Amino acid sequence: MILLELIELNNVTKRFKNGTEALNDVSLTISKGEFVFIIGHTGCGKSTLVKLIYREEKPTSGEIFVGGVNVAKVRNRKVYKIRRKMGVVFQDFKLLEKLTVYENVAFALEIFGLKSSEIHTKVLKALELVDLKGKAKSYPDQLSGGEKQRVAIARAIVNGPKLLICDEPTGNLDEETSMGIMDVLKNVNAIGTTIIMVSHDTHIVEKMKKRVIELEEGRVKKDYAKGKYKRARV
Amino acid sequence: MRVFRMLGRDIRDAFHSVIRNFSLSLASITCIVITLLIVSISIMLSAVVNNFADNVKKDMTIIAFLDVDITEDRINEMKLELEKLDNIESITFDSKAKIASQMMKDSPVFESILGDYTGDNNPLQDTYLVKVKEVEKIGDTAKKIESIVNVESVQYGAGMVEQLIDVFSTIRTISLGIVGALIIVTIFLISNTIKITIFSRRKEIEIMRLVGASNINIKIPFLFEGIFLGLFGSIIPILATIYGYTYLYDYFGGYISIKTIQLIKPTPFVYYIALLLVAIAVIVGSLGSWRAVKKHLKI
Repeated sequence: MILLELIELNNVTKRFKNGTEALNDVSLTISKGEFVFIIGHTGCGKSTLVKLIYREEKPTSGEIFVGGVNVAKVRNRKVYKIRRKMGVVFQDFKLLEKLTVYENVAFALEIFGLKSSEIHTKVLKALELVDLKGKAKSYPDQLSGGEKQRVAIARAIVNGPKLLICDEPTGNLDEETSMGIMDVLKNVNAIGTTIIMVSHDTHIVEKMKKRVIELEEGRVKKDYAKGKYKRARV
Repeated sequence: MRVFRMLGRDIRDAFHSVIRNFSLSLASITCIVITLLIVSISIMLSAVVNNFADNVKKDMTIIAFLDVDITEDRINEMKLELEKLDNIESITFDSKAKIASQMMKDSPVFESILGDYTGDNNPLQDTYLVKVKEVEKIGDTAKKIESIVNVESVQYGAGMVEQLIDVFSTIRTISLGIVGALIIVTIFLISNTIKITIFSRRKEIEIMRLVGASNINIKIPFLFEGIFLGLFGSIIPILATIYGYTYLYDYFGGYISIKTIQLIKPTPFVYYIALLLVAIAVIVGSLGSWRAVKKHLKI
């Protein structure tokens, strides 16, 4: 199988203004359609790494190519063009409480001025993929944590992005619910979406048998091929 | 089509936001109402005063009394000299015979007195009636006319006219100053309202950025919100202007105290003011929201 590179980091260093070095000379590539976990202890630079990819942060030095574009060089006012090609999911869901599930997912499409018929089709398709079609009219406070995260995933994928970035999406969920979310992400990955997921839950990571990049003090400690990661047993 | 759908969504969102934060919006709207009411009153006053000043100006005439023993040739010569002066609108000659006959026609008392004094016995003086172009310079022009040989004296209501014009321009300057200050206060208030809206919608803005909304996408609803605040605030002043002025015009019958202070007809005058108020409301609203967006919506 020929894997095309979707993401390429070359000698990326990120130093914050207070002097903290979050990433130090990181180089790695991620191919189209891959499912990659980024793991490591708190403060090892996991979240900074994905923030650089979705261009929330800019590297101090180095290059970051996403779909051939060096996002490090993209001006702030042009960042939206990158964001339209990717979806981002967070631990805290980031849903709008006053909107229904349907409206939360449609929110991303309404901004682009799509026709309501087009929005309707896409939203239902996304809700179907996350198995929440029956809850379209519910409000976020009527949903469980797992369901809220599914809504967030539906919103992130509704526009058909090539890349889905998940920053600790199961951080607030119990193991069973987390595995449910992982099933959803597997389905999303199966339709060709590249997934980068930050996690500290090594149990889930091991179970998923995907590629795992382990960071330590801002550097790549180890890059495990698909199915090779084994968590340390205490 | 897509742009219109996006604009439609922005307008709907802005409208909802004004309603959702109504107690906050009310402060801005009240300030706009007060500002626009004062703007409207000053414009109406200023227009009425201008109208009055124009009427006064139209009637503003310098009367040059000529020497009693002046010859007819000299009178003709003087007309040429007068025409050479600056600021002259028109020159009319009134002979003493004409003035006497006019006076006798106007009043039987004058008729009995002047009846005996005709021809060379006429005690009145020949006059030139000079209308000026710029009433502000009437004093200078009068002095120049007075210095012409054979002009015995001039009259033009010295002092009174200048004073009147001074008062008018002071009123105009003060009202302009008040309006200017109020507009600035309103811009700040609107800006503050929008600032609070921006803070209350931080999460929404964050999500918009995440899903790929451009800066314009994010900023435009807030600009519309400022414009809505302005437009809501202009409703009462516009109604007050249209109905209030028309009522006053009918009440006074078109004049205030004397015929010289003539009111301007309500149509289309009030509609012009209404348009101006809408324009001010939109400009003030956009400036206020633009300020808040620039300052507090760092994207």
